[in-house]
Amino acid sequence: MMTDTDAISVRLQQPGPIPLDVSLSCNTGEILVILGPSGSGKTTILRSISGLYTPASGAIRCHGEQWLDRANGVNLPVQRRRIGMVFQQYALFPHRTALQNIMLALHDGPRRRQRDTAQNLLRAMHMEGLEERYPQQLSGGQQQRVALARALARDPSALLLDEPFSAVDQQTRRKLVRELVSLKQHFKLPIIHVTHDLNEARRIADQLCIIHHGKTLQSAAPEQVMNHPDSAAIASLIGHYNIFRARVAGHDQHAQTTRIEWGSLPLNARYRPEFAPGATADWVIPADSIILHRRDRPSQGERENPVPGRIEELLPLGEHAALTMKTAQGESLYLNIPTHVARRNQLSKGNDISVSLLAERIHLMKTSADK
Amino acid sequence: MDWQALNVSLLLAGLTALILTPLGVVIARKLAWSRFAGRNVVQALIALPLILPPTVLGFYLMVSLGELSPLGAFYRDLTGNALVFSFEGILLASVLFNIPFAVQPAQRSFEAIPINIREAAWCSGLSNWQTFWRIELPLAWPGVVSSAVLTVAHTLGEFGVVLMVGGNLAGETRTVAIAIYDRVQAFDNAGAATMSAALLAISLFAISLIYFLTDRAGRQSR
Repeated sequence: MMTDTDAISVRLQQPGPIPLDVSLSCNTGEILVILGPSGSGKTTILRSISGLYTPASGAIRCHGEQWLDRANGVNLPVQRRRIGMVFQQYALFPHRTALQNIMLALHDGPRRRQRDTAQNLLRAMHMEGLEERYPQQLSGGQQQRVALARALARDPSALLLDEPFSAVDQQTRRKLVRELVSLKQHFKLPIIHVTHDLNEARRIADQLCIIHHGKTLQSAAPEQVMNHPDSAAIASLIGHYNIFRARVAGHDQHAQTTRIEWGSLPLNARYRPEFAPGATADWVIPADSIILHRRDRPSQGERENPVPGRIEELLPLGEHAALTMKTAQGESLYLNIPTHVARRNQLSKGNDISVSLLAERIHLMKTSADK
Repeated sequence: MDWQALNVSLLLAGLTALILTPLGVVIARKLAWSRFAGRNVVQALIALPLILPPTVLGFYLMVSLGELSPLGAFYRDLTGNALVFSFEGILLASVLFNIPFAVQPAQRSFEAIPINIREAAWCSGLSNWQTFWRIELPLAWPGVVSSAVLTVAHTLGEFGVVLMVGGNLAGETRTVAIAIYDRVQAFDNAGAATMSAALLAISLFAISLIYFLTDRAGRQSR
């Protein structure tokens, strides 16, 4: 996974007190998002990279410089790892103005030049005119921009962001997300961003790294992780509801499908010849790939993996309604349908319906017992 | 007004604060941020002078600083003077007696600085020393000033310990507080009243200053 061309590569291991089994890397000009639930060890990973925390074993290499190598006794102090860090609550110095906060991170050159650099950074963050304000006189979004400017002031080798958008409102968050992505294009450096927000992660990540209980479960492009999670655990962490177990029945190379048996129900799935016939596999299908059949107008598409069932719950949530369908074998399928469709078809709890599962979107995963 | 006593009092208070304030900052910072074995014992020992009768502390100091004690003998060999009934003796007693006043307000101030502020300083490339001078001390200074002011005010008003260790030697160990007692014993109520009023004014000023600083610090951090 780690190569010499990576701008920063990180390997961390320890059994406790905070378990870590992490391997990740990030390239220049790339945003790596570490996604995981609260308490999964995301912040500890960032703290280990910055040097605020020392794991029992591991190695960190950034632009050819060894920051950490526990086996060989290398452990650079925080100050000597050139990182820019944005904390969850920004951690601005409350007794210093916005400008002074940034100047404190500038150590070289005459004061005059430090002031100019700090002013340029604030301008780049759209903060002109607010240089002399104290942190408590700034809004959450403005404080966030000062924190980002301060992190960039050192001309860091890597930028580390610890849930930087968690304390601002939705509108500001959208704006800041856009700014971060444009920042990536201006400052050529690897950016490691920690969040528990899946939507935020999908929007900004070039690479998505799923963390659970301190362990890297999967690290790949966001679409790859979203559509082809490695395991049922990952699928569940990234918000999939329709995760089931089936038996692999066989493969049809000509049709590019793999046949599976979901209980007594035969289904066609995306072609995965690496699964041996007879083996047990987990499978997942995104809620938007389950298509409700219209009662009044049957169509050709209904022949694709048809599954009959009964509506167990129908919750209108704005434009879309969340529908839970119970199959004859007692499994629950979750799908989203436009609310007007639910209304037009006069759907309600207890109705018999049928759906199609799009074969191309049925993704097979090795069961955890196989691993 | 016994100007000589006021002079002794002010010198004693000033020197005590000068010695104790930096020491208080070091101890306060350590107690605020470090969790070590015996931390609570140390905190209890520091707080002890707050509840101990001054005469008890004074008695132990008198015994341990006397010429029969190793410390007293060592000091006499070193300087040729006795430690008890001397200005140096009451200065040492005063330093020990004022430790809780020098440590506790400063400790509260350091405890109020969030850990991630210091971490942000380190991540900004500031060394531990730079972080102390440029971040920690400016943020904790109202508490540190409170500590210094309380130490001065409390030394000016101290009676029991000074009397036990230093006695009542004019120009050497007779402080204003002792001079007031001395005047009352001599039926000079007018003299006692003047000096009492002076101590009252100084104490009121000191306490007001602390409230002013605490309030200002509170408003700044909001």
